[in-house]
Amino acid sequence: MIVVEKLTKQFKGQVVLNGIDLEVKEGEVVAIIGPSGSGKTTFLRCLNFLEEPSSGRIKVGDIEIDGSRPLSQQQSLVRQLRQHVGFVFQNFNLFPHRTALENVTEGPLVVKKIPREEALALGRKLLAKVGLAGKEDAYPRRLSGGQQQRVAIARALAMEPEVILFDEPTSALDPELVGEVLATIRGLAEEKRTMLIVTHEMGFARDVANRVVFFDKGVIVEQGEAKALFANPKEERTRQFLSKFLNA
Amino acid sequence: MGEAFQLALDSAPFLLKGAYYTVILSLGGMFFGLLLGFGLALMRLSRFKLVSWIARIYVSFFRGTPLLVQLFVIYYGLPQLGVELDPLPAALIGFSLNMAAYACEILRAAISSIERGQWEAAASIGMTRAQTLRRAILPQAARTALPPLGNSFISLVKDTALAATIQVPELFRQAQLITARTFEIFTMYLAAALIYWVLATVLSHLQNKLEERVNRHDQES
Repeated sequence: MIVVEKLTKQFKGQVVLNGIDLEVKEGEVVAIIGPSGSGKTTFLRCLNFLEEPSSGRIKVGDIEIDGSRPLSQQQSLVRQLRQHVGFVFQNFNLFPHRTALENVTEGPLVVKKIPREEALALGRKLLAKVGLAGKEDAYPRRLSGGQQQRVAIARALAMEPEVILFDEPTSALDPELVGEVLATIRGLAEEKRTMLIVTHEMGFARDVANRVVFFDKGVIVEQGEAKALFANPKEERTRQFLSKFLNA
Repeated sequence: MGEAFQLALDSAPFLLKGAYYTVILSLGGMFFGLLLGFGLALMRLSRFKLVSWIARIYVSFFRGTPLLVQLFVIYYGLPQLGVELDPLPAALIGFSLNMAAYACEILRAAISSIERGQWEAAASIGMTRAQTLRRAILPQAARTALPPLGNSFISLVKDTALAATIQVPELFRQAQLITARTFEIFTMYLAAALIYWVLATVLSHLQNKLEERVNRHDQES
């Protein structure tokens, strides 16, 4: 489903990603963990080209993009890829001037150009799915952080993506709102959706992900089956990182 | 007092005709100024340095020189280069070019004030740059831009009096002509001032209404 080869990213002379290889199969849920500054968010953002990679190849489904070529030369390919790759941001990034329903229908209406009635029906269905039936006409600022993030998830789902990328989806939330968003993502995992989730929620990663990838200093230090990796990390750096969470 | 009132009444048709030109100049200047200003704002935000610089120099020139001088260059100066314009088009061009410089800066600032996350959110659902601008960025930027644009517009209404110096028969020019005939200086200029005041007040009111409209998603639940 996703194949990443030798992905690198340099930023102002600093190496943020140093040759990442990763393959994600259909229906797989991959959690990406690691200390801040390890490059995990940059990696996720490179996957749908919100960040421009310095080199490497990224393949999603049938669409393959060469990261060493300037993005400005392959914009329509990038747009195609983005229609297949949903993205959920740490700060939700809902459109504040549109209602919850309008946020969800925006992609189907404007990008996919599906008929209005169809888009509205899809939008209502997805809002209900994330537990927000009745909030269709609410503007984002009237919603809690957890509700906003669930609208954002519905917005990503509305494009019917093959993969959804989550960038620390609960990091900006008040602690009591984290659960509802995680439950929504858990529900998607049960539907066997392909997802990559950058997260600091270790318990969630262990329970929901099939595989965990540990990033540090721009490389993948260790990866493996989720429960096994948490129970028995092989690398010293992974052990150090995880011990901070277990002791906390 | 009765005589002055009678005079004001007799002159009303002339003043109103002048006010008509004032409105034409204001609306026309605002309309074309906004169009050109929007184009310039996009140029300013372009990633091509040269394009951005052209817009920057334009803005710098039109904000850095007196509007009166710009009008004189267009109306009295251009004929020497073989471009002869009637007073009204000359004034319209002058006000539009000048307004565009201010509109450019206002729109550029408003567009830049929209956080990057909004561009990214639109990109993440596959929108093109044009779709992103139209659907996500401009509706939000409009809220930021409206108050300063409204202020510029009201300034423009008052600045149209400068068109009197290039023979446009607008409000102030009419007041001058009547004054020259009747010597009722105080009454005539005061009457003209009152009409400008009414125009500006109506515009402020419309501006407030418009601001309320675009801000509605802040109030409603």
